[in-house]
Amino acid sequence: MSGLDSGVLDITGLTKSYRSASETVAVLRGVNLRVGAGESVALTGESGSGKSTLLHLIAGLDAADGGEIRVDGTALSGLNDAGRAALRRNRLGLVFQQFNLIPSLSVEDNLKFQSRLAARHDAAWHTELTERLGLGDLLRRYPEQLSGGQQQRVAIGRALAPKPLLLLADEPTGNLDEDTADEVLRLARDLVARSGCGFLMVTHSARLAATLDRQVTLHAGLIA
Amino acid sequence: MQLATLLIGLISATALWSGVQALNQQARHSYDRAAAIFGGARTAMLVAKDGGAFPQELFVDLRRAGWPVSPVVEGRIQIGGRSLRLLGIEPVTMPGEAGNAPALARVELQAFIAPPGRMLVAPETLSQLKLAEGARPQANNGMQLPPLRLQQSLVPDVLVVDIGIAQEILNMPGQVSRLLVGKAGGKRAALASVAGDRLQPIEPDAASDLERLTDSFHLNLTAFGLLSFFVGLFIVNSAVGLAFEQRLPMLRTLRSCGVSARMLNGVLVIEQVMFALIAGLAGLACGYFIAAALLPDVAASLRGLYGAAIPGQLTLKPQWWLAGIAIAVLGALAASAVSLVKAVRLPVLASAQPQAWRQAQQRWLKWQGASSVLIFAVAAGLLWLGDSLLAGFAVLAALMIGAALALPPILERVLALGEGISDKPLARWFWADSRQQLSGLSLALMALLLALAVNVGVATMVESFSRTFLVWLDGRLASDVYVFAKDDRQSNDIRTWLRSRSEVQAILPTGRADVQFAGDPVEVFGIVDHATYREHWPLLEAVPNAWVRLRPGDAAFISEQLARRLKLSIGDRIDIPATNGTWRLEIAGIYADYGNPKGQITVNYAALTRYFPAIPQTRFGLRVEPAQVPELIAAIREKFMLDDRSLADQATVKAESRRIFNRTFAVTAALNAFTLGVAGVALLTSLLTLANSRLPQLAPLWAIGVTRQRLAAVELLKTMAVALITALLALPLGLMVAWCLLAVVNVKAFGWRLPFQVFPLQLVQLVGVAMLAALFAALLPVLRLARMQPAGLIRIFANER
Repeated sequence: MSGLDSGVLDITGLTKSYRSASETVAVLRGVNLRVGAGESVALTGESGSGKSTLLHLIAGLDAADGGEIRVDGTALSGLNDAGRAALRRNRLGLVFQQFNLIPSLSVEDNLKFQSRLAARHDAAWHTELTERLGLGDLLRRYPEQLSGGQQQRVAIGRALAPKPLLLLADEPTGNLDEDTADEVLRLARDLVARSGCGFLMVTHSARLAATLDRQVTLHAGLIA
Repeated sequence: MQLATLLIGLISATALWSGVQALNQQARHSYDRAAAIFGGARTAMLVAKDGGAFPQELFVDLRRAGWPVSPVVEGRIQIGGRSLRLLGIEPVTMPGEAGNAPALARVELQAFIAPPGRMLVAPETLSQLKLAEGARPQANNGMQLPPLRLQQSLVPDVLVVDIGIAQEILNMPGQVSRLLVGKAGGKRAALASVAGDRLQPIEPDAASDLERLTDSFHLNLTAFGLLSFFVGLFIVNSAVGLAFEQRLPMLRTLRSCGVSARMLNGVLVIEQVMFALIAGLAGLACGYFIAAALLPDVAASLRGLYGAAIPGQLTLKPQWWLAGIAIAVLGALAASAVSLVKAVRLPVLASAQPQAWRQAQQRWLKWQGASSVLIFAVAAGLLWLGDSLLAGFAVLAALMIGAALALPPILERVLALGEGISDKPLARWFWADSRQQLSGLSLALMALLLALAVNVGVATMVESFSRTFLVWLDGRLASDVYVFAKDDRQSNDIRTWLRSRSEVQAILPTGRADVQFAGDPVEVFGIVDHATYREHWPLLEAVPNAWVRLRPGDAAFISEQLARRLKLSIGDRIDIPATNGTWRLEIAGIYADYGNPKGQITVNYAALTRYFPAIPQTRFGLRVEPAQVPELIAAIREKFMLDDRSLADQATVKAESRRIFNRTFAVTAALNAFTLGVAGVALLTSLLTLANSRLPQLAPLWAIGVTRQRLAAVELLKTMAVALITALLALPLGLMVAWCLLAVVNVKAFGWRLPFQVFPLQLVQLVGVAMLAALFAALLPVLRLARMQPAGLIRIFANER
């Protein structure tokens, strides 16, 4: 299902629990959330509130207990493992706090990796991304030879290279100092606006959350 | 997992090393028995200058002149078709330090000397003769021998009687073979003043002939044991290294809590020693079983190659157990040394530097490349300048170490090439990630390379040997039927009867005399002048009309090993000490004589019986129309009551020779398989230990959209690819090893050189085995990855790990 009414991300009644030896902890108790195309949303909440869990469920890295997640109208519950992998490859971009670049590949190969894997490589867009992220002189380097800020810029470039419908970022600036974090987030916002995709960012920082279009808070397993 | 890996590594290393040492110890113990018995190489002696027998009056003269000498007569007799060494001793004058004479003198000296006397025999020989203690067997000349008396400490295949009885059996009245010289002090006249120039003293030798002869075999076994030991230590090294990395945070915490580096290291060393003690004991138990399983084959090899008799029962000294435990502890500490040094130097605060694996790996690869070039240069130098068995093994060792060190840089180049020509993203990652994994896998891959190269080398050598041996056997075993008569009388009877049989085309008698030539035992083998030999017996080198030259009895063919050992060539003359004086022979040909521990001189049969009239004339071959062989054998058997050991057709003798040949190399094949197995385990443990540290590299790919199954398939393919490259590199290395074994080591060790041949099908099979080993090693970690729950992978992305 795709239409003007629906966003790139539609979540309704999402639930998720974790079972330990002695108890069951309900992390998400019926989350509803919508992110539109070109919209940037900050997801905040205290530690352990389930922000990362929600992000992982949206990315199809984990399966929900109940409710529904639709990305561009496609229900994740109807997809198998391979289908979810294809969704991540083709429609989503993921950015993590730990950067999670591929250490054995150069910056250039890291940047192109997902777009070429998804067969969505666009040379012009790749050049623009490289320039705007300031990675032109670093293409032959390897992740270990970059600073934290540079690595996160590569991660953002890799995630945006296949022109995803939705960029998901889990504390993307958590490992960076304030100035670098501001710079990286500014670049991310600019590129998201340029590509027209939706942007959902998990953050602890109210200051950074305030720079996005909208801010939602997860509390007691629900969007407050 | 690390603990299991550590224990597997230590147990494998200790088991194979101690198993091989048990075999060596058992064999050396047997050589000691042989050397110590009634004046072997361990006793000083006097022998005739020409190596032959001399009058026993010299013994009496020397005793009177104050020499503590004791006479010994030695020769060979046949009992039931089996050739045995007969020693005649004089127990009263036998020096106390020579063999076990004192025990004999105390127990039954009277019975030993007085007729009919006693014939001492080892338990192994008694059972092989299928006789009971007290039985009186008949010798080949029909003479009734003294009753057999069991002597536990006697070596197999030796019979000991009183000297008077031996002189009678061997038809050497008044003659002795040598005089043993006791250590008793006292004034003695000069040797020359009593014996003139007829006798020469032989000093006792610390190493017996057998020890010298079999050195190469034991060196070979030790080399295998050492290789397996190091492969086992590779496993320990990777296990300890990973365990250390995983425990780093805990070690830092302990250090920050005030535990000193010395105390921390002390505890780690104690922990390693405890593991080593446990694994060492288990390894020794496994080693014992390995040795017990291999002992029959080792005994067969030593008997086949050197004529050495090793008892089939394994007896081990306490030193073996202690040495095994010590080697396990030392090996464990050596394999842990790098990690322990790291622990001593561990900074309390974790370094903020990112892991610069690429630069570190490049530096390491350059160092390895430079070292391998240097070691290859040493190997070339040794090959060029070295002229000994040890130099041959040193060339092999340098070749293997150099190749092992060259492997990671070569793999790096091949993988970089693969990365360079790949266009697809997953393919580029495949090559790039394989390069990154090299440092973690290189030790296991080195182990695989070495094990495979040794397998290729030894398999090529054995196959070359096998093919050459079979062709050679066809030439040497040209008679259709072989007869071993009980004694000379029966031999004459059989031959007379055979002459009346129309199907018998030729009777080919052979004879054998044992002599000492240039300080070593040599066989003089007599054959008749017949087309059978001329047409079938292959000669490596020969003068024109060599077979005609052999006829008059003044020329001989010599075996390749004798020619090499004494640097003899065509046209040289040799003097053989014969019963009827010195026999001068011109060398007219050199022939291969594979598997014979002694040098051999082949002469005309009639000439042999002239120079050695006392040799048994009980063996002969028959040329018969093949279709009539079974009928003839049945007729001979019925007429002369000969058993299977005394009468055989060509096919049976060849089959028996092949069986002995195959058994000779069975131990090599078993050790080959063990080494390859341990290399497989090394690869498995490396992959298992790497598997956990691989998750941070694999999880991002999964997050980007590569399924777990596809990732697992790529991981499997990566292991198979590096294993395949390693296996392909092992082929030329293995062929170099084979060439070195054939052209250098075998020539020095055995005295014969075999043609170098390559067997492509065998190489394909070995690569197949290596790929199977790699597949099995990679399967478990790959299956674990394919079945991993998403939660395990998501953990990698958790912010609070």
